[in-house]
Amino acid sequence: MSSQPKTLITPQIGASRTNTRESFLAYAFILPAAIPLLLFSLYPIAAVFFGSFFKDVDTQTPHFVGLANFDAVLGGREFWHSLLVTVYYVLGVAPVAIILSFLIATLLHQNILARGMYRTAFFLPYVTSTVAAASIFRWIFGISQRSVANIVFNWFGLPQQGWVQEPRGIFELIANHFGATEFPLWAAGPSLALCCVIVFSIWHMLGFNIVVFLAGISAISRDVYEAADVDGANWWQKTRYITLPLLSPTMFFLLIISVIRSFQSFNDIYILTPVERTNSTQNLVLLIVSKMREGGDYGFALAVSFILFLIIMGLTLAQVRLFERQVHYQ
Amino acid sequence: MMVRRLIVHIVLLIILGGMLFPFAWMISTSLKSGPEAERNNRFLPTQVHTENYPSAWVGARRIAPPHTFGRFFLNSLGVALCVTGFVLMTSLLAGYAFACLQFPGRQVIFLLFMATMMVPFEVTIIPNFLTIRTLHLYNSYAALVVPWIANVFSIFLVRQFMMGIPRDYFDAARIDGCTHFQFLFQIAAPMAAPALATVALFAFLGSWNSFLWPLLVIDDPSKYVVQYGLALYVQEESNSFNLLMAASAMVIAPVVVLYLLAQRYFVEGVSAVGIKG
Repeated sequence: MSSQPKTLITPQIGASRTNTRESFLAYAFILPAAIPLLLFSLYPIAAVFFGSFFKDVDTQTPHFVGLANFDAVLGGREFWHSLLVTVYYVLGVAPVAIILSFLIATLLHQNILARGMYRTAFFLPYVTSTVAAASIFRWIFGISQRSVANIVFNWFGLPQQGWVQEPRGIFELIANHFGATEFPLWAAGPSLALCCVIVFSIWHMLGFNIVVFLAGISAISRDVYEAADVDGANWWQKTRYITLPLLSPTMFFLLIISVIRSFQSFNDIYILTPVERTNSTQNLVLLIVSKMREGGDYGFALAVSFILFLIIMGLTLAQVRLFERQVHYQ
Repeated sequence: MMVRRLIVHIVLLIILGGMLFPFAWMISTSLKSGPEAERNNRFLPTQVHTENYPSAWVGARRIAPPHTFGRFFLNSLGVALCVTGFVLMTSLLAGYAFACLQFPGRQVIFLLFMATMMVPFEVTIIPNFLTIRTLHLYNSYAALVVPWIANVFSIFLVRQFMMGIPRDYFDAARIDGCTHFQFLFQIAAPMAAPALATVALFAFLGSWNSFLWPLLVIDDPSKYVVQYGLALYVQEESNSFNLLMAASAMVIAPVVVLYLLAQRYFVEGVSAVGIKG
C-alpha cells in the first residue's frame, strides 16, 4: 500500500535563473490540464453551492430566493423517496459485490490452471457499455411470459412477475404471494424493478472488484502462506487470518469506491427500467436529471445536487474515520 | 488436493457461466428470427438469421433519419479518439511536471488536482451543462470532448510511472545538452509507454461508453453517439428482440476486441487504482 516515490528525479540545476525557467516550464506543462479541471470539476462545486440559492439560473436573470429551493426539496416527498431508493440501491450493490468478488478472488488465487482465462472472462462485463449490457438484462428481466426470468420462475412453479416494470416492493410481493393482502407501505422494501437493477449492477461491476482484489492478494508475500501451510492451517484459516486482515486496505478502498459509485448511478437505472417507469427506481441522480430536462427547475435540481454532494463527501469521510483504525496496513 | 482443485474449478465454472450467460444469450437471440426470439423456447436458433445485423444497422434510420448506426459509430470513434489524444497530452505534460520538475506550489497544486477526483461528475452536470451552453457548444462535437480533456487519475498514473525513472537517465541526457522538452518526448514518454497505454485505453473506453453526458448536450440526430443511438433504438424497437440484441452485439464488439487485444493494460490500470489508490 505504499506509494512512496522510489527515486524522485529532482534535477537541481543550481543557478536561480534556470530555476525560474524551470518553474515557468512546469506551469506551462500543468496549464492544459489545470484549465479544464478548474472549469469542469472545481468551479461546478462552487456553482452548485451558490446556484442552489437562486431560481432561474439557466436564464439571463437569476434571482436570489434564499433557502426556498431547499425548502421545496426537503419539504416534498419526491426527494425523500429518491433518497430511500438510492440507499436501497447502495446497500444492495456495494456489500454484495465486495463479498462476492472477494470469494471469487480467493478461489482464483488458489494457483489454479487457467487463472488468466477466468480473469479475462470475469472482467468482460466491466468493459461492456452499460447501455448495451442493460438492454440485454432488460429482456432477461422482461415482463413477457417468455422472458428468461419468467421462464425460470415457471420452472419453480412461481407466478409470473413484472420484473423491471414492477413498482411494488419485494417484501410486499412475497407477503401477497403467501396470502397477505394488506401490507404496510413502509415495509414494502425496494421495488422488484430496483432489485433487477441491483442484480445487473453487481454483475456489471464485479470484474473490477475481482481484479483489484487479485492485485491486492498477489501483493501478499508467499512466505506468509507457506508458514501457515507448515503450521497446518486449512483454507478457511488462511483466508480468515491471513488474506482477510492483509487485504483490509484493499477492501476499505473498494468499499469507498463502490459506495461513491452506487450513489452516483444513473445509466444502469435509466436504461434497465423503461421510460414509462413508475418512479420506484428514481434515485437522486435520476431526480436531478428529470428536474433539469423535463421541468427545467434548475434551482430544485441544484439543491438536490448539493445535498447529494454533501452526502457523498460525508459518507466518504465517515468511512475513512470509522475504518482507519481497523484497517491493517502492512 | 486434486479433488479440491476440481471443486474449485467447478464452482468457478458455474460462476463463469452465470457471468457470461447474458453475452451468449445475446448472440444466440441476435441470430434468431423475430417470432422465435419472442418465443424464447430454445437456446440456439433453429435457423441462423445473420441478416438481423444489417437490419439493425440500417434500423437506426427510424430514430435518426437518414442515418444508420454507421454514423453513430463514426461520431463515437471521432469523439473518443479526440478525447484520448487530449488526455494523453495533458497527462503526459502535467505528469512530467509533477514528477520531474521543481517549482513553487508543487505539493499544493498536486493536492488540489487530487481533490478534484473526489468530485462526482453526476453532481456537477447542471453547472457543466450551463457552461457548455455559455460557450455556445451545445449540440456540437466539442461539447462531447471539452469536459474530458484532463483527467486526474491519468495524470496520477503518469506521475507515478515517471517518478520511477532513475535519475541517472536525466543527468546523462542533461550532460548531452538535452532540454526538458526533448527529454520528455524522446526519453521519458517512450519509457512510460505502458502507463500511457493504460491511460489511452481508459480514456477511449470512458468516452466510448459514456451516455449521460451525450444525453444532455446533444440533440441533433446527425451527432448522436453510439450509446445514445442504441438507447433510443432500444426504446423504439422494444419488441424486436433479435434486432435489439444484434444492435447491442455490434456496440459491444469493438470494445471486446480492444479489451482482448490490450487486456494487460486494462488489468494494470485497475490494479494500479487498487494498490496505489
